[in-house]
Amino acid sequence: MVLETATPVDSDELARAQIARRDRIMRWLIPALAVVASIGAWALYVWAYDIPHYQLPSPARVANQLLVDWQMLGVALWVTLKITAMALGVAVLGGVGLAILFNQSSTAERIFLPYAVILQVTPLIALAPLIFLYVEAPLARVLICAWIVAFFPILSNTTLGLKSTDHNLTDLFQIYRASRWQRLIHLQLPWALPYFLGGLRIAGGLSLVGAIVAEYVVGISGTSSGLAFRILEASYRLNVPRMFAAMILVAVVGVLIYAATSALSWALLHKWHESAIRRER
Amino acid sequence: MSGEGAAVLQMQGVTKVFNGQVMALQAMNLTVNEGDFISLLGPSGCGKSTALRLMAGLMPPTQGRILWPGGQRPGDLGVVFQEPTLMPWATVEKNVWLPLRLRGESFASVKDRVHEALALVGLDGFAAAYPRELSGGMKMRVSIARAMVTRPRLILMDEPFAALDEITRQKLNDDLLAMKAQIGCTVIFVTHSVFESVFLSDRIVVMAARPGRVVQEIAVPAATRDLAFRTSAEYAALTRDVSGALGHAMEAA
Repeated sequence: MVLETATPVDSDELARAQIARRDRIMRWLIPALAVVASIGAWALYVWAYDIPHYQLPSPARVANQLLVDWQMLGVALWVTLKITAMALGVAVLGGVGLAILFNQSSTAERIFLPYAVILQVTPLIALAPLIFLYVEAPLARVLICAWIVAFFPILSNTTLGLKSTDHNLTDLFQIYRASRWQRLIHLQLPWALPYFLGGLRIAGGLSLVGAIVAEYVVGISGTSSGLAFRILEASYRLNVPRMFAAMILVAVVGVLIYAATSALSWALLHKWHESAIRRER
Repeated sequence: MSGEGAAVLQMQGVTKVFNGQVMALQAMNLTVNEGDFISLLGPSGCGKSTALRLMAGLMPPTQGRILWPGGQRPGDLGVVFQEPTLMPWATVEKNVWLPLRLRGESFASVKDRVHEALALVGLDGFAAAYPRELSGGMKMRVSIARAMVTRPRLILMDEPFAALDEITRQKLNDDLLAMKAQIGCTVIFVTHSVFESVFLSDRIVVMAARPGRVVQEIAVPAATRDLAFRTSAEYAALTRDVSGALGHAMEAA
């Protein structure tokens, strides 16, 4: 909550208001300057040492390539974004669903948790060829890969949240003779929400990793190919500027997903949770 | 004022042993009558909280019986813990709604009762606030409103004001008595403060530790509970008696 500051009453308050204003500007200015400086250093390096563009293209060349290839890369960007978002959605369903199942039934937890852990600790690169052997549909292949890497943080965080409800509140629900279902809906799930959102941020990045790795291995060509395939393809053709352009777009997808999960987290928590409340000083 | 109504709750030789070896409460007998304000007073480890948890049905006694007039523990028992124990994601009114919500009442159908309970604790204007926006004393008032919203016959309170400053605590003591008179409930109040127990109770159950047990019941025959009582010679004499009983209990342990 930002209140409009009233007219400052003394020099002390004025000074503090100035510091606060400067702080607000610096919060954006410093990272922006850092980005500009690193791009500048990159351009200077390429120019000063006369680096050939098939080794390291200049930023201008990469930007130009991005514009030239926009039709192809834009489609790939959309495909990767879509697959990542779908994978994240499936990871949320699977992670939360399993967390609730494990929480409600310790038998289910004992049966399935080892497999969840095995899936988590086995590198996706090792699993992917097997998945492609058994699964036909290209989209399903990629989704399964992305799901395997992304669901675990959601599962483990949500499980922790469901378990860590306040003891007194749990007692209160028992005293009022709440059913299991009521306890889950009105106590455990809201309690687990900040934990789940923490897991979601990690899973967002991982689902992109899963989507990219899966595409590297499976290599969908044609109109349904994503950014990873475009990077591979450009590398075969030694089109280094295009590799850079596609890589930048992959980073953009990652940032977008991070921003989206952060915004969601803020929207759900800013009214009540410590993590989202800015304190007055 | 006390001991005139029908029995609300009877404890008969209630013993609680943890892990088969720690005697938390030994053979406790207690009869609570309609309209009573009873304090369980004692040092930490005397089993006063254990007694309260047994009454709340949060665990079964190892030996003995807890008898309710209808046979079963009422489902609308009001409980107030030492911490306010509010749901941080819910507004004040949604927190107070909880006991009714768990019975399947929609918010719209009980909104008046929720606001009535908030008015009772003096928080009419804070229905839409979140718990984090309130002071410790106000959070405790929300907790009390939640316990009273079902108009229970019996309210159990486990050192509810222990974490509050003295001034807030005295105000809440006054208000608690006013609320009790208004809704006409019975209160069992766990405390380690001699002053608080004398000011509030009709009867003080003095307990000792290792093993937790009742050592004495002291009646507090005061007609009014106000500033005059708090500063009277009668109050001073009563606190001296209760302190003495507590001291004996500690020596005996």
